[in-house]
Amino acid sequence: MISATTRKSYEGVVACLPVTIPYRRYSTNSAQWWLGRALHELVKRSGLRPKDIDGFAVSSFTVAPDTAVGLTQHFGLSPRWLDHIPFGGASGIVALRRAARAVQAGDADIVACVAGDTNHVDSFRKTLATFSRFAQDAMYPYGAGGANASFALITKNYMNRYGAKREDFARICIAQRENAVSIPHAMMKKRLTLDEYMSARPIADPIHLFDCVMPCAGAEAFIVCREDTAKSLNVPSVRILSTIERHNAYPGDPIQERLGTEDDVGQLWSMAGLKPQDVDFVQTYDDYPVVVMMQLEDLGFCSKGEAPEFVRSHTLTNDGTFPHNTSGGQLSVGQAGAAGGFLGLVDALRQLTAQPLGSKVPDASACLVSGFGMINYDRGLSSGAAVLARLA
Amino acid sequence: MSQPLVRPKRKNPLKRTRLPLGPQGVRSRAAHGLTAAAAEGRFALQVCLDCQTVIYPPRDACPSCLSARVLFRDVDPGGTLIAETTVRTSTEPYFRERAPWRIGTVQLDAGPVIVAHLHGDAAEGKRVRLELKLDKSGSAVAMALPAKETEHMADDPHLREMTCDPKFRRILITDGRTAVGQAMAKAFADAGAAIVFVGVADAWKPFPGLESLRKIECLEIVPLDVTDTESIAEQAEQNGSRIDIVVNTAEHVRPGGILNRRGLTIAREEIDVRYLGQLRLAQAFGPILRFRGADGVNSAAAFVNLLSVHALMNWPSYGSYSATEAACLSAAQCMRAELRPGGVKVVNVFFGPLDTEWFQTVPPPKVMPAALANAVVRALQQGVEDVFVGDVAEDVRQRLAVNPKALEREMAT
Repeated sequence: MISATTRKSYEGVVACLPVTIPYRRYSTNSAQWWLGRALHELVKRSGLRPKDIDGFAVSSFTVAPDTAVGLTQHFGLSPRWLDHIPFGGASGIVALRRAARAVQAGDADIVACVAGDTNHVDSFRKTLATFSRFAQDAMYPYGAGGANASFALITKNYMNRYGAKREDFARICIAQRENAVSIPHAMMKKRLTLDEYMSARPIADPIHLFDCVMPCAGAEAFIVCREDTAKSLNVPSVRILSTIERHNAYPGDPIQERLGTEDDVGQLWSMAGLKPQDVDFVQTYDDYPVVVMMQLEDLGFCSKGEAPEFVRSHTLTNDGTFPHNTSGGQLSVGQAGAAGGFLGLVDALRQLTAQPLGSKVPDASACLVSGFGMINYDRGLSSGAAVLARLA
Repeated sequence: MSQPLVRPKRKNPLKRTRLPLGPQGVRSRAAHGLTAAAAEGRFALQVCLDCQTVIYPPRDACPSCLSARVLFRDVDPGGTLIAETTVRTSTEPYFRERAPWRIGTVQLDAGPVIVAHLHGDAAEGKRVRLELKLDKSGSAVAMALPAKETEHMADDPHLREMTCDPKFRRILITDGRTAVGQAMAKAFADAGAAIVFVGVADAWKPFPGLESLRKIECLEIVPLDVTDTESIAEQAEQNGSRIDIVVNTAEHVRPGGILNRRGLTIAREEIDVRYLGQLRLAQAFGPILRFRGADGVNSAAAFVNLLSVHALMNWPSYGSYSATEAACLSAAQCMRAELRPGGVKVVNVFFGPLDTEWFQTVPPPKVMPAALANAVVRALQQGVEDVFVGDVAEDVRQRLAVNPKALEREMAT
């Protein structure tokens, strides 16, 4: 391995203007429509003109046959920096860190990071069947259970190895539902009881209904720019203290028990100058509660295998001892394709600038956001994390 | 232990026939290396020739050393089932109507991890043996079986989706006059077939072996002449909807090449019996088979072609015969494409010279009719679609794989 030299800080670069286009279960509109709505909202709220956006990063699964290039013409943008990041649950973190470096280097001044997907009545099945070559060759022909089946195997193994119980997963899902109660566009915003969670119908054992996200249509967006640019636009912004990203970590593990961030996590915290206990809330990628547990472990909140005990000994609601997934996460709000990889990050920007959609985390000044995704075959390949802080 | 299969009741004629569906059968070109292995019942994965890493899922470069020299090789199918799940809801209608469906993560001793279908007796934490099977889409899938044989193992419903097991199925053997046809009837009766229809042309002409055929309990002799389109149509009308496996035993073996034979009479006969016979059977029975591909325990399952291995490389001593067999093979490939939507397999059984009167002058090794019949039954039980029976067939297959040009020259001597 080539050893990492000291990484440059993101000093002077901020993220701002969190935008969410309210989700819908099904949409007859295209992904282009959803991405367009998010861009429009960014422009309206910032007072920028489309031609001021000189950097554009887009994440979407359902935008085919377009890529980011085609979208520039579609939306009338003429960026000098362009990126296409269809990385699912890791899209938000990856877009943030790439855009931050572009701004820092002067390759772009204002980068619009946008993620969105539509959900037609049959688009979910089509996305699953052709998600990747390995999925097509080696996973989808086996029961066509999609991510549910893959995470069922990962969850079953985690339960066997570390003694996690369904009741432990329930604590994550129930707390997130509580956080979602005040989110108007959440797909599921009725409070969830332990009984309802336990007696939900099985999907792919041990995964039951409330362990799964609901596919939907929606879009999320934010802007990355210099701190002075945000000030001149008169919008509150958030500092990027540190980020990490890793793909296809630990290919030799027979089944996924850790994500990609375990080896890089020391760098994440040292670069941020913080410790895990210093953040006021945590946004994990929550397509399944087992993945939340692995993130809590790999990002340093507890040791490997101790997440079940960690969630038993904390309350995970916004007013609790460990505020987590502050807008209810995908488990409540829904999974709008690649926008799911932006959801936690966008709500973190809102919480840190005291403009949450739903309930507020009291005195939030720093947080950790983590992303994870892309079940290429039997495991999620991409992970990343960022530590963010309110501008002092 | 698997639940023993129950003999299906007579079908209620008022009930709708369940139409065949398949799982997704699209594969990358590399992944069809698995299909090639599954077609012959082998367990082969890509192995890197440079660093010996065993690779799965199939790819175009070795993930250990990036070499492009990744070839399919038979590997140890043993492993451990480390996690399992039961898929209860699926986006594909095929699995929806067959749910719950168990799959699991198998750590192979050879290295890679394979998500596989699970036999009912494969248990989490236990040793398993993987087999590659052709599913109803015709593409390869891995299935984990218990490491040791269990009782009624072949009756497992998931496994039976991948095989054409003759048990409780109804078979048509198209020509009962031949030694092979008679051996086939006995082998299928022994394998638990519900009915064995045996076609006989010109029933008034007696033939040796008729008496012992009649002794087989589940056997029914039916009028059938593969050279007569009407006779085949009549038989299809009469029994087509209760025939699950067609085995074409019609044969026409005559020595002689192309130049050394005078006229076309024998060639025409050959083509009429073998090639056109196969087409007549395919046209009469094929559409019903394809329609009945998901029709319960005794769904339509297979069309079996018995082909001389010289369909693959001409044997000039039997040159015209070889050419006709090659035509039959080509037609069989077309039938495969046409029957696949029904989940019905076309099984090509390549045999070397048989120990029958028409190969009288040919030196051994030769294939006994019973050996050929048993190989057909075994192929259907395993669900393979390409079988080589006898030493000569195996020899031709191997030489063809190494150097077809050498084989072409050597066949002449």
